[in-house]
Amino acid sequence: MNARALLTSAWTEAKLFVREPMTVLFTLVLPLLFLLVLGGVFGNKPNSAWQGQGPVNFYVPAYLGLVWASVGLLVLPLHIVRYREDGVLRRLRASAAPKWAIFGSQAIVASAIALVGGAVLIAAAELTYHVRAPQSVAGVLGAWLLAGIVFAALGLLLSCVPTSRGVLGAGLGLFFVMMMLSGSGPPFKVMSSPLRHISNILPLTYVTRILEAPWLGTSLAWTDVGVAVGIALAAGTIAAVAFRWE
Amino acid sequence: MEPVIVADGLTKRYGNVAVVDGISFEVGRGEIFGILGRNGAGKTTTVECLQGLRRADGGQMRVLGLDPLTQAAELRKRIGSQLQESALPQRIKVWEALDWFASFVPGARDPGQLIERWGLSDKRTTHYSDLSGGQRQRLFIALALVNDPELVFLDEMTTGLDPAARHTAWDLVRAVRDAGTSVVLVTHFMEEAERLCDRVAVFERGKIVALDTPGALIAEHCKQITVRFSTGLDDLSWLAAVAGVDEMVKRNGSVEVRGSGAVLAEIGAALVSHGIRPPDLRADQPNLEDVFLSLTGRRSDE
Repeated sequence: MNARALLTSAWTEAKLFVREPMTVLFTLVLPLLFLLVLGGVFGNKPNSAWQGQGPVNFYVPAYLGLVWASVGLLVLPLHIVRYREDGVLRRLRASAAPKWAIFGSQAIVASAIALVGGAVLIAAAELTYHVRAPQSVAGVLGAWLLAGIVFAALGLLLSCVPTSRGVLGAGLGLFFVMMMLSGSGPPFKVMSSPLRHISNILPLTYVTRILEAPWLGTSLAWTDVGVAVGIALAAGTIAAVAFRWE
Repeated sequence: MEPVIVADGLTKRYGNVAVVDGISFEVGRGEIFGILGRNGAGKTTTVECLQGLRRADGGQMRVLGLDPLTQAAELRKRIGSQLQESALPQRIKVWEALDWFASFVPGARDPGQLIERWGLSDKRTTHYSDLSGGQRQRLFIALALVNDPELVFLDEMTTGLDPAARHTAWDLVRAVRDAGTSVVLVTHFMEEAERLCDRVAVFERGKIVALDTPGALIAEHCKQITVRFSTGLDDLSWLAAVAGVDEMVKRNGSVEVRGSGAVLAEIGAALVSHGIRPPDLRADQPNLEDVFLSLTGRRSDE
């Protein structure tokens, strides 16, 4: 094990991330903006449409998941596919860089982005609407890590798409559909039946429910956890087989 | 001493086309070994197979005693690589790239020293995207050397360098070899191979058509030397009898004699004995480009 390879790679990647204003905007600013708009429209008074919760209280865990979705569906795969298109992956592969350090550093940076994005969201919700604290902090942390694993695996799967154009199209499409239908948009209760069917096949729907349970204090459906783990395993396995360095 | 590279019958096909067709050669420790040929001759594919970046379809390979495919991770700690068609992240700074690559192995070279040696001191904090082609090339060579490799692959390393930078790069590669690193130099640039390489393998259509020191290749394949001088004298028929002379052409006052062996010395002696002392007596020695032409029938840049 060469910890210096991992840490230097992660630090380098982190600096490269903050030099890309577009990705910073997408991961840190966009979810925040949506949450504040929803808060402005619906306020934070308990409401039956949001399972008797205040809308902002209800949306904060969903938006923690949405930040992970933006990292996994856009930032990570776009970064990797551009590395491949430019020949950076080719250069790294020919070097002495350990593969686990290359991917490990991406995981560290992705987690750091999601952590900062999540912290900004919670802080903004607290400042504007005195959002209710999570019922189980440990539960939220566990759910957040699982969310990260699901979207890291989906991100690796998307990075098998050969072109950055393809990744951008697929990633943006998936991101916006999930944003609308997975719990960070209209509540499941008010959706029409076809929309509910779509919602039920979206990974973020399960991730959102897993995050909501410990945050809101509702009961966790272990089938949701099973589905999320299954998605992560399937996506990760396909990505491991399909991944190309050049 | 054990060779750093042993390739035996190396073959790589794309579809039905063998781009590398049963190539065999060895590279000795401390050697600068040139791989010479036109675009598409199979040079880059060969070195990519040797680095475990491509899977060969046939033949045996050992690089530093390791199998490049199954022992790639171990091998890449001990070799350096400057590749064609590779890049760095657009927004990475020169010093960051060297620090990053230095972190991959324990006991890497000092990045600061490499930055200075390869003439990048004033570009230390410049983003990769803002470097010129020549600066990028020098950064890639520095990156190839940062793990203090036993063997370094340089693929078209002076492409994009201006003549002055090219000569500097040649001096630096000699210094790298003198410090104990073996060098495999892929080039289509004959002067570079002739000046730098201890031995060269001439690649043509996936095969090695000649392999020897540049001097031996020239002596074997291009025996002809052209001697030139000018004189006002009209009758030079006696020159045809001088040892080593094959033919003679005279235009106005300038004489061109083709021959082989020690023909320059023989002509010089004969001229002096006839009382002629041309101040511009000179010989055009054949070079690797002539070897290439005679071996493949075309020039290296065609």
